[in-house]
Amino acid sequence: MADPTTDNRPFAIRHYAPAQLREALKRMYLIRRFEEGAEDSYTRGMIHGTMHLSIGQEGSAMASCMELTDADKITSNHRGHGHCIAKGADVGRMFAEFFGKETGYCHGRGGSMHIADVKTGNLGANGIVGGGLPIAVGAALAAKRLGKSDVTVCFFGDGANNEGAFHESLNIASVWKLPVIFVCENNGYGMSTSTARSTAVQHISQRAAAYAMPGVTVDGNDFSAVSEALHIAIARARAGEGPSLVENLTYRWRGHSKSDRNRYRTKDEIESWMAKDPIARFRADLIAHGILDDAAADAIAAEAVADVQKGIEFAKASAAPHLSEVTRYVYAEA
Amino acid sequence: MNVASNPVTSADTGDQRILSYAEAIREAMALAMQADPTVIVMGEDIGVYGGAFQVTLDLIDRFGPDRVMDTPISELGGAGVAVGAALTGLKPIFEFQFSDFAMLAMEQIVNQAAKLRYMLGGEASVPVVFRMPSGSGTGAAAQHSQSIEAWFGHVPGLKVLQPATPEDAKGMLLAALADPDPVMIFEHKLLYKTRGHVPEGSYLTPIGKALVRRSGADLTIVAGSIMLHRALEAAERLAVDGIHAEVIDLRSIRPIDHDTILTSVRKTGKLLVVYEGVKAYGVGAEISAMVAESDAFDYLDAPILRLGAADAPVPYNPDLERASVPQVDTIEAAARRLARREV
Ligand SMILES: Cc1ncc(C[n+]2csc(CCOP(=O)(O)OP(=O)(O)O)c2C)c(N)n1
Ligand SMILES: [Mg+2]
Repeated sequence: MADPTTDNRPFAIRHYAPAQLREALKRMYLIRRFEEGAEDSYTRGMIHGTMHLSIGQEGSAMASCMELTDADKITSNHRGHGHCIAKGADVGRMFAEFFGKETGYCHGRGGSMHIADVKTGNLGANGIVGGGLPIAVGAALAAKRLGKSDVTVCFFGDGANNEGAFHESLNIASVWKLPVIFVCENNGYGMSTSTARSTAVQHISQRAAAYAMPGVTVDGNDFSAVSEALHIAIARARAGEGPSLVENLTYRWRGHSKSDRNRYRTKDEIESWMAKDPIARFRADLIAHGILDDAAADAIAAEAVADVQKGIEFAKASAAPHLSEVTRYVYAEA
Repeated sequence: MNVASNPVTSADTGDQRILSYAEAIREAMALAMQADPTVIVMGEDIGVYGGAFQVTLDLIDRFGPDRVMDTPISELGGAGVAVGAALTGLKPIFEFQFSDFAMLAMEQIVNQAAKLRYMLGGEASVPVVFRMPSGSGTGAAAQHSQSIEAWFGHVPGLKVLQPATPEDAKGMLLAALADPDPVMIFEHKLLYKTRGHVPEGSYLTPIGKALVRRSGADLTIVAGSIMLHRALEAAERLAVDGIHAEVIDLRSIRPIDHDTILTSVRKTGKLLVVYEGVKAYGVGAEISAMVAESDAFDYLDAPILRLGAADAPVPYNPDLERASVPQVDTIEAAARRLARREV
């Protein structure tokens, strides 16, 4: 690691090895292409129900997971595909889940809104806004009691900050000094309701003061800024000093879900945020700092396309659950 | 051949006004808001978004944001504010975006709204209406597909309704608003786009009255909401083979209509109860026990049958999802077995 006092390159470039940075770029492309693949599969009728795409928010997901091992946990929300991939999931098994197949991460029982990968520490997306917050605090309590240095990163949206579960969770985590990092992905809206109309404070990070923990707001489309904020919060958590709240300002390019008619925001607003594409920014930064060149970045992008293609093929070829097994997994098997 | 005494669908003829279930609910809300300035509508994304199922669609344009209020994502707070406002002079219609999210507001619904009149010795009234989009069949998996109406049937102080038709959806909402106590209306998501005759103007569908939708002498099928439609279709198939099912639209879970059900069972001697909630501890248990505890028990010539959801959360996979709740085929098969006393 370079000396930060003399090195004025962005935090991420200073702090992470080139191979890590290239892998992060790869995973960000993978998230984007996965979301597009899911959208396309939905249009073709291979996925039913609804889903919440995270296109535009890839920087927040990936940068927040940079320093996590498989032993560290995340909890995620309904917009959880990106978190799952950033934490290390295999896109084939994700597609299989979305296609309702037995090879999917939840054996076809959960779908998009419950995507999880317990083995890489992803405790799951959630259909209930705010549902993951207390669970994250519980995971942090378990790590502490079991004498582990593992941390939990808890992803949620701006909308969730108005649920009681948010306030109760932050308070408990703070009084018990638990190793949890609350990551609010503030994309400006909970469904159609802007934070200005729903939330009494301007920045979600201001809520941290009420629970005596550090709170910061960062540009969520700036990979380096997010990874630096998480680096500080994770170090604090691992040192036993308690929780932090990090607010990543970002934007979802797509509608809230498949049924959104986008009546609450303007085309101009959407386009202005599309110009702040976190992937293009990160790629340009990596090239500017000599981590890779254009051709290498293109090759990484192409790998993501191929992985998604392969993932879809795997999902298509997989078997569906047996109808006789509707009640399987309700309880532990003897 | 038995004639449906209370048809659920009507031809789109000149003298019939045909609306969708969602339109009928919206019309009820608009009529109530026009007639009574104390009526307000609250919920998540019910304003410009028009509600997750577009039920409130243009109400914000017609009545403005002071009466059509988007709440933050705060079910406990939002529902509780509706309770407090109802206690003090407003008539709030509170929409849960999905009935599943009422679990976050259980405290205010069950501990407060349901009990306030009683705890205060009759001195207080909570005329709040909770709209509850519910049911499976949309691929939304375990936390967005539940049928939890029976839970609220267990709570004295609440009234729990389940409209199956556009006409009832409108009439029940208006009746709920006219009622001085808290009323929960479970609207089935798959019914929102179904269409049928809806009378003009204000009318009240009586709370606590079931309705014989098809008469028959061979067995009684009690079903509500979407299960009514499946039961009627099954009855149609059975009729081809000379099995005549009487199909009762339950409509109201609390209060429940003993007379209509018991009268029918005395006539047919066989009872099949069909509902979408998990079979165990559900609406079917209450109705079965009601028959077992009454003189109608003596008229039974076969065991009572219940069809409900599988003993599992609602699965995501579409085939599993379909298999997990009663469908026309399963109702038909159960009714045949019952008619032949093969149970
Ligand atoms: C308890 C609960 N209330 C409401 C919903 C419906 N809902 C799902 S996502 C959502 C908006 C959430 O907004 P936010 O937390 O900002 O996340 P974003 O969708 O913007 O990523 C709403 C209202 C829900 N799933 N759970
Ligand atoms: Mg949001």
